[in-house]
Amino acid sequence: MAKNLAWRISLILIFIFLSFLYLTPTVCTTLPSWWTGVLPKDKIHLGLDLQGGTHLVMEVETQKAIEGTLDLIASDLEDVLNSKNIRFKRVARIGTDLVQITLFDKGSAEDVQRQVKNKYPELEQLAPVDDGGFVSLQLRMDQNAVRDRKDKTVAQALETIRNRIDQFGVSEPLIQREGVNHIVVQLPGIKDPKRAIELIGKTARLEFKLVDESVNASAATPGTIPEDDEILMERISNPSTGAVSDIPIVVKKKAIITGDLLTDAQVRIDSQFNQPYVGIEFNATGARLFDQVTAANVGKRFAIVLDNTVYSAPVIRERISGGSAQISGSYGEKEAADLAIVLRAGSLPAPVKVVQNVTVGPSIGQDSIHKGLLAGATGVALVVIFMAIYYRLAGFVANFGMVLNILYLMGALAALGATLTLPGIAAIVLLVGMSVDSNVLIFERIKEEIRLGRTPRMSIDSGYDKAFMTIMDSHVTTLITAAVLFQFGTGPVKGFAVSLSLGIIINLFTSLVATKVIFDSFLRRVDVKKLSI
Amino acid sequence: MQLIKKTNIDFIGKRKISFVISAIIAIIGVIGIVQIARNAANMGIDFSGGTSVQLNFNQPVPIDKARLVLANNNLKEANLQEVKDTNRLLIKVGKTTLASGNVAETIKGVFTKEFPENAFIVESSTEIGPSIGDKLKQDTLIAVGISLLGIILYIAWRFDFKFGVGATLATLHDVLAMVAVFYLLNKEINLLFVTAVLTIAGYSLTDTVVVFDRIRENLHKKLSEPLTDVFNGSINEVLSRTVITSLTTFLAAISLLLFGGEVIHDFAFALVVGIIVATYSSIFIASPIVIELEIRKSDSNNKMTCLESNE
Repeated sequence: MAKNLAWRISLILIFIFLSFLYLTPTVCTTLPSWWTGVLPKDKIHLGLDLQGGTHLVMEVETQKAIEGTLDLIASDLEDVLNSKNIRFKRVARIGTDLVQITLFDKGSAEDVQRQVKNKYPELEQLAPVDDGGFVSLQLRMDQNAVRDRKDKTVAQALETIRNRIDQFGVSEPLIQREGVNHIVVQLPGIKDPKRAIELIGKTARLEFKLVDESVNASAATPGTIPEDDEILMERISNPSTGAVSDIPIVVKKKAIITGDLLTDAQVRIDSQFNQPYVGIEFNATGARLFDQVTAANVGKRFAIVLDNTVYSAPVIRERISGGSAQISGSYGEKEAADLAIVLRAGSLPAPVKVVQNVTVGPSIGQDSIHKGLLAGATGVALVVIFMAIYYRLAGFVANFGMVLNILYLMGALAALGATLTLPGIAAIVLLVGMSVDSNVLIFERIKEEIRLGRTPRMSIDSGYDKAFMTIMDSHVTTLITAAVLFQFGTGPVKGFAVSLSLGIIINLFTSLVATKVIFDSFLRRVDVKKLSI
Repeated sequence: MQLIKKTNIDFIGKRKISFVISAIIAIIGVIGIVQIARNAANMGIDFSGGTSVQLNFNQPVPIDKARLVLANNNLKEANLQEVKDTNRLLIKVGKTTLASGNVAETIKGVFTKEFPENAFIVESSTEIGPSIGDKLKQDTLIAVGISLLGIILYIAWRFDFKFGVGATLATLHDVLAMVAVFYLLNKEINLLFVTAVLTIAGYSLTDTVVVFDRIRENLHKKLSEPLTDVFNGSINEVLSRTVITSLTTFLAAISLLLFGGEVIHDFAFALVVGIIVATYSSIFIASPIVIELEIRKSDSNNKMTCLESNE
C-alpha cells in the first residue's frame, strides 16, 4: 500500500514537471540560450479567431491542368507530324479529356497511330472515325493518368503557394492540403489580406507571344481572326489621368517563351520615368530561345502576357542576347514587388479560386482573448467556491484535481503544438464543470457509504470503486462525440474537439488517481473519525 | 452540507405529463430541422455560403440608412444586425446577390463612400463559397449521425437494447429541444451551434448513463421490488449528484455566456439551454421510456422478463 502510494505520487509529480516543461516555450517569449536539444520547443498557438489573420481555402481547378496538358500534347503532336511530313488538317483538344487529330485520308491514319504510340504510349487511341470526308483520330487520357496528374497538380500548387508565402514574409503560416483539390492557407496576424490573396491566387503564367500585325486588332472578333491567333487585352493606363483602359491586341496563340525558363525576377526602378519595372533573367535554354526569336523578328512586336493579360507589347528593336528582359507596365511599387515574387516562385500549374475566406481583425482577436480569459476565470472561481462550500475539505481535494486537470491539459496542448481557439477556451471552461463531475459522483457514493455506517477509509475505497464504472461509461460517451467532432470539424471546431477529448482523458487520471492519493496519504497519517465531505 | 436531502419523488408516475411536454418540444424541434433542411431557418453562412462582414464604426450608424445605402448598391438582400451597445454592424449577404466581384470589398467600398465622416475598421470578414457550404452541411449531418450511432451502440453494449432506446430518445430529445429554442428565437444555426449540440449530446448521455448505472445496480439488488419502485428509487438516489453536476457545469457555461463576448455568446447560450434540457431529460425522459417499454413488453408476455437485465 505504502509503496503503491509513493509510486502514484511520483507519477503525479512527473506529470506536473512535464507540464511545466512543455509550457515553458508558451509562457516565456524568449527562451534562454541553453534551452536547446531535446527540450521542447512547441508551444500553444493561438487560433486565427484569437490573434487575427486570414484563413483561406483555395480550390485548385485541376481540370484546367488536364486541359493544359492535352493542349501541350496537341501542339507537340503537330510538330511531330510536321517533321515527319504527314499531312493533317488539324490537331486540337476536344472537350475535357480528348485530343483529336483530323486527317485528310484513311491511308495516313496508320502512320499517325504509330507515331502517337511511339511518342505517347500512355494515351488510349480510339478507332479512326469517318468525319464528313475527313478521318478523325481521337486520343484519350487514361483515367488513372488523369487522377495522377490532378494529384500532382495540387501538390505542385501547394509548393508554389508555400514558396510565394515564404517570400512574402508571414510568420507561422500554415499551408496544407485538404481533401482532393483544396488547399488551406492560414496567415496569422496579416495586415493586408487582400494583397496576400491576390499574391497567392495569381496563376502567374508568363508567356511571350508574337503580335500578329496582319490583323486589325480594333475590328477583330474571335470569328474573323486566323485559327492560330487569339485576342488578348492590353492594360494601358494614362500616366497623366491615371485612367486604365483595355485595348484589344491580336497575338499568336502559341507562346514562344514561357515563365518556367526564368531564373530570377527583381524589381527595378526606371531611371528615366522613375517607374518601377520587373527585370527578369532567363536560364540557358530561355536565353538561347530569346536570342533566336528576337533575331528573327526584329521590327515586330512582342507581347508579354501574364495570365492572358498583355502587360506590354514592345517593338523588338534589335537582337537581344544575354538572356535578360524587362516587364514594364502600369503598376505601382507594391504590385511590381508582388509580380517579382510570383515570377520567382513560379506559376501555379492550374488556376486556383478562393472558396472560403475568413478574416479576423487583430482588435477583435484581442477582445476575444480577454473575454475568454475573463469567462474562464469566472467559471473556475464559481466552481471552486461551490465545491469548497458544498463538500468542505473534500471539495478542496476535488478543486485540486481540477486545477491539475487544467495544468496537464495545457501541458498536453503545448506538447502537441495545438492551436487554441475561442471554442477551445470554451471547451476548457466546460471541462472545469465536467471535471468536478467525476469527483461529485465519487463523493456522493462516499456519502452513501458513510450513511450505511462504514468507516471513513472503507467509505472512500468503496466510493471510488463503485463510481469507477459509471465514470468510465460517461467518459467514453463524451469521447465518442469529441472524436467525431475532431474528424469532421474544421478550424475552431477542431480546436474545441482537441481540448475536450484531451481534457476528458486527463480527467480520468486526475479524478480517479490524483484525488484518491490525497485521501489515502491523509488517512494513512491521521486516524480520521469523521470525513469532512 | 447537503443541498438535496433524501428524496422520494415519483418521477415515473409523472411520466405522462413529461411525455406531453417533451412531445411538444420535439415537434417544434422537428419543424426547426425541416426548416433548416430547406434553408428557411436563420442559417449561418458557413452552411448557406455567402459573405459576412463585421464593421466597427466610430459613431453610431442608423441601421435603416445603412440598409438603404446597401440596397442602392445592389445589395438589397443584405441582412443587417446591430451589436448591442456598440457601433458595430454585422452585415450578411447570401451567395447569389452580386453577380460578380468581391462582396466584402463592395460592402467596404459602399460604407467608405456613403459615410465618409464615419470611419470604421473591418473586424472580421468571412466569405464562403457555395460548394464549401454544401460540403460542410453534408459533413455535419454525417458527423451527427455517426456520433449518435456510436453512442447507441456503446449503450446497447453496456446495458441492453431498451436502455439503448431510452438513452437515444432522450439524447434526440435534447438535440430537438436545442434546435427548437434556436429556431423559435431565430438565432443563427452555424457550425458552432452544431458543436454545442454534439457536446450536449455527449453530456446528456453522461447524465443518463449515471442514472442507468444505478438502476442496473439496484435491479440486481432488489429483485423482489416492483419495477417502478426500483426505477424511482434509483433516480432519487442519484438526484443530488445529477443536480450538483448540472450546477457546476451550468456555472461554467453561464460565465461563458455572461463574459465570453459576442463571438461565443450564442454558443454559450446553446450550452446553457442544453445543460438544462439534458438534466431534465435524464430524469424525466430516459428512464420513463425504459419503463414504458418494459411495461408494454410484460403486458404482451404477461410476465416480468425485464429483471433478467443482461450485462
